[in-house]
Amino acid sequence: MNDLKNLKTEEYFLSMGPQHPSTHGVLRLILKLDGEIVTGATPDIGYLHRGLEKIAENRAYIQIIPFTDRLDYLSSMSGNLAFVLTVEKLAGIAPPPRAEYIRVIMAELNRLASHLIWLGTFSLDLGAVTPFLYCFREREKILDLFEMITGSRLTYNYMRIGGVAADLSAQFIKDAAAFIQDFKFRVAEYEALLTQNPIFLARTKNVGIIKADKAIAYGLTGPMLRASGISRDNRRDFPYAIYDKLSFDIPAGTVGDCWDRYAVRVREMRESAKIVEQALSGLPEGNFKTKVPLSLKPPAGESYAPVESPRGEIGFYLVSNGTAKPYRLKIRTPSFCNLSIISHVIKGWKVADVVAILGTFDVVLGEIDR
Amino acid sequence: MDLAQDVFRYVEKMPGGNLILTTTDSLFNWAKANSLWYLLFGLKCCAIEMMAAGASRYDLDRLGLMFRASPRQTDLMIVAGTVTAKMAPRIRTLWEQMAEPRYVIAMGSCAITGGAFFYDSYAAIKGVDEVIPVDVYIPGCPPRPEALIEGILKLQEKIKKESLTKR
Repeated sequence: MNDLKNLKTEEYFLSMGPQHPSTHGVLRLILKLDGEIVTGATPDIGYLHRGLEKIAENRAYIQIIPFTDRLDYLSSMSGNLAFVLTVEKLAGIAPPPRAEYIRVIMAELNRLASHLIWLGTFSLDLGAVTPFLYCFREREKILDLFEMITGSRLTYNYMRIGGVAADLSAQFIKDAAAFIQDFKFRVAEYEALLTQNPIFLARTKNVGIIKADKAIAYGLTGPMLRASGISRDNRRDFPYAIYDKLSFDIPAGTVGDCWDRYAVRVREMRESAKIVEQALSGLPEGNFKTKVPLSLKPPAGESYAPVESPRGEIGFYLVSNGTAKPYRLKIRTPSFCNLSIISHVIKGWKVADVVAILGTFDVVLGEIDR
Repeated sequence: MDLAQDVFRYVEKMPGGNLILTTTDSLFNWAKANSLWYLLFGLKCCAIEMMAAGASRYDLDRLGLMFRASPRQTDLMIVAGTVTAKMAPRIRTLWEQMAEPRYVIAMGSCAITGGAFFYDSYAAIKGVDEVIPVDVYIPGCPPRPEALIEGILKLQEKIKKESLTKR
């Protein structure tokens, strides 16, 4: 027994990523381990850095929209929307009411698609394969709807300055309404598989707790913040488009653990379905785009119009010097700020919990690295 | 490849060895083409389409494709996304860790030429073929899962024409 006292443990470093199935992209975590316990973690990002902000300085305003697709590629519509809202605010353009409704419908459908991917991959990380297949089944139906209007499955390039690129067809409205009706039962199906599943509870309940004050201190937004019990949502607090005319709840958690982050996102899916339903029934007739000069030259100045993406607040800080190209474009992406808390929250958990905790962060490396 | 070594021994012994080599070729190629395990390795948007191709509607399993998380167990690397200056050496390492015979599919315009980031980007590599050899290119931004399946079928055709003695 005396020998055991003389045994020394040594901390060591483990590099998790950039090729790792549960880091959801090319994130590298440098884990400091004491046996199986994580004592520190440093995220190493930049593996997908393409220099979007610099590219934007050499592009006309309308040419930047396709690049916003490739920021947060799971919810391209939110990126599109945030950018066109910023330019419209700067140039003083008001889109027609029909366009505003269409934007909300598309953004919320995209939120559903994004949360479905998150739910599928998160459950896959925890070892449940069936929810992954279920989620992708519904997601394909949403992508069919997008394809009908935009012609694309993932990178839509749909929003335009002063409206949207194409009008909704009667077929789309019919199919979307039918899908939303069907989707309500599907959410119940996912919940039946996961919400009270003992293995799932053991992996997520009281794991990776983020306290409300820490969440604010690290600048978290979106479901990550709401799971910690703070009800803050740009759609309600700083309404854009037509969100002030719609009624919906902002789900919030209590503890801030992995399970709360799961529950908040699942409840958000139900709310999004509700929003799409209301917007579809209230869709006004009229034009879907106002006339905007092809070579748009907004007056010199700056603007910022944040949007609630599935991950949190995405915003473009735009500085114009009166020419056809922006002087500077700074992109505030939710995943970047949300990831910053990882080194704080991960301490003391085991390596297997790192997968669960990082899974609930729902990071998209495209928007972290830009 | 013990079996392959045996084959070569028999071929040397037999005067008209071509016949046995051809049939072994077709047997090996049939096996190789129909169990392409691909590396679970996504870079960007195309990776989501790759996931979609593996999921419910398109189901890559029926072509014998299964994803593995370790490069040492895989035959096929699908480069799905923009290759950046920081990522390129890692892709090279991953490719070197894969066991022969190994194949590479460049999926999407970014992996082919840099795509939307060809101009003005200081960080994007102009195509993954500057780093590793590529067998099949699939254009699109991102390519549809059907396009990915078409690319895989093309790769299978290519594998079926291979010979043990030369690639």
